[in-house]
Amino acid sequence: MPKDIAIEVRNLVKHFPISMGFFKSLTTRQAPVVHAVDDISFKIYKGEIFGLVGESGCGKTTTGRCLINLTEPTSGEVHFNGVNITAISEENKMRKLRKNMQIIFQDPYESLNPRMGIFDIVAEPLRLQKITKSQDELRKRVAGALEDLDLAPPEEFMYRFPHELSGGQRQRIAIARAFVLEPEFLVADEPVSMLDVSIRSEVLKLLLTLIEKSHSSFLYITHDVALARHMCDRLGVMYLGKIVEMGPTEGLIRKPSHPYTEALIAAVPVPDPTSRRIEVTIKGEVPSAINPPPGCRFHTRCPYAKKICETKEPQLKEVGKDTYVACHFPL
Amino acid sequence: MALLNVENLKMYYETLRGYVKAVDDITFDVGKKEALGLAGESGCGKTSTALAILRLLPWNAKIIGGSITLDGTDLVKISNKELRQKIRWKKISMIFQGAMNALHPIFNIGQQITEGILAHEDVSKKEALERTSKLLELVGIEAEKINRYPHELSGGMKQRVVTAMALACNPSLVIADEPTTALDVIVQAQVLKVMKELQQKLDLSWILITHDLSLIAETCHKSAIMYAGKIVEYGGVVTIFKAPLHPYTKKLISAFPSIVGSKTELASISGFPPDLLNPPQGCRFHPRCDYAKEICKTKDPPLKEETSNDHYVACHLY
Repeated sequence: MPKDIAIEVRNLVKHFPISMGFFKSLTTRQAPVVHAVDDISFKIYKGEIFGLVGESGCGKTTTGRCLINLTEPTSGEVHFNGVNITAISEENKMRKLRKNMQIIFQDPYESLNPRMGIFDIVAEPLRLQKITKSQDELRKRVAGALEDLDLAPPEEFMYRFPHELSGGQRQRIAIARAFVLEPEFLVADEPVSMLDVSIRSEVLKLLLTLIEKSHSSFLYITHDVALARHMCDRLGVMYLGKIVEMGPTEGLIRKPSHPYTEALIAAVPVPDPTSRRIEVTIKGEVPSAINPPPGCRFHTRCPYAKKICETKEPQLKEVGKDTYVACHFPL
Repeated sequence: MALLNVENLKMYYETLRGYVKAVDDITFDVGKKEALGLAGESGCGKTSTALAILRLLPWNAKIIGGSITLDGTDLVKISNKELRQKIRWKKISMIFQGAMNALHPIFNIGQQITEGILAHEDVSKKEALERTSKLLELVGIEAEKINRYPHELSGGMKQRVVTAMALACNPSLVIADEPTTALDVIVQAQVLKVMKELQQKLDLSWILITHDLSLIAETCHKSAIMYAGKIVEYGGVVTIFKAPLHPYTKKLISAFPSIVGSKTELASISGFPPDLLNPPQGCRFHPRCDYAKEICKTKDPPLKEETSNDHYVACHLY
């Protein structure tokens, strides 16, 4: 049975122009751009957790923002339930769609308005979408959302302000705010990277329970491959604005096909002194996204690079069941 | 004999609301050529311990008791002058958290490293520069880059520069506070590799301070787990990771997802770390502990040796 597609991304491109001084702009023919996301395509199925992993600056956050139209892509299409959301121009229509697509940001110290009480923070999406008919109903929905995140009794939290809560509690408020609309699709951008280890796993557990309960589709953005393994059904590995490999999580981690994925996994430390040690298989650091290398973007650091990699860009092609890799010589 | 012996060290911060017991009666040692990993969550006193060892105390902090013995000298007792001239940077140096972002933007890296050498040792500028080039090569930066400015270097390179800086006066002990937290995994692996090689080459001892247990498993010989200003468990890394005794250590280890092995459920610890102004009575972990008994609420468990192989735990269960 073919799975239903929740989100389909086709040839998404996002370039950020670099601001230049007046005189420089007279002498430069073509304004330089940062190639944050460069022609990527993928699908997220209904009820699935899709993970995007990669190092900082690889374009994972920009992709996440483009998917819910918070950042307007340079070109390409994003289809949500069959509707191309990048083509929607009226604000009203987008606002209606937003009921079904929400985001959880990385830093709960920045993403909650310090002047708003917890009740108002969680109730705001409901008010904006004009979902609840009465004040009573609104209260019930907010209380329910807080209880879902183990913030019980909800009355104890509703009338507090963000500064009275700990980091873990704040992030749970941010999650409650995203889930209160019962969205069909959610983006979480490093939701636990600011939290301490002992608190992190509790937040992740709650998140997994909520996703399961709501059957929503989920895009999980992280730099932590071990965490992505724990959370995601399928993974996409990004390098310099491109998806270099995509496939079911366990298969991809156990048997990576792209040299970059292999290097990324080999560099992850293991919390076990008797297990395998980290290995550094590639040299140097990520090149600039302003002038990405020609051909395969990874060829400058790839231990297996050959002549063709310097000139011809490899396309993402299927190498196994549901597994795609963009490499001339997959492992 | 161990290089550094820390015994019953207490360091409190004085505030208007009372003492914050950031480091409360901790004991550990670091042997020659040994790497000790100091782990714990934010606010558990890891960094305060490091600052106390170098006596780089903030104005409101005070060492209340205990001793820090390095090669037979008690660092708590000696004068500031002696500490500055003989110990800091020559015997013990430190890589501070976020040090790579604290490099001075208008001096090149060569100037910044030589400054440290010239301040501590009586050498000519030329000699100092020569040593600097050697140091840079040691951490894997080409000596030609000595005239580069911090903004011309990537994060991984800057982290190597501050590592080189810590090694400038041939210390025997280096304290590294979260040296790779801001780096991406591949760069982190490169920096860790350099650190491990240096330890071998220069016969260094390290204290690695981190919240990430996997880094300790990766690089250290011994580990001390801190919770709320106390060491709750202490021993060799294999013992700590393979046969942890303290309920906190157990939970902390299983809260880390791993990329190898079978996928296990992550453990979580309910509740929040305590406020060190008013730490809980008895065992400081008892409000979050699954095995807490009556005695845990009243009596503070001492750190005592469990079995024979240098494995210490502070828990009433054992």
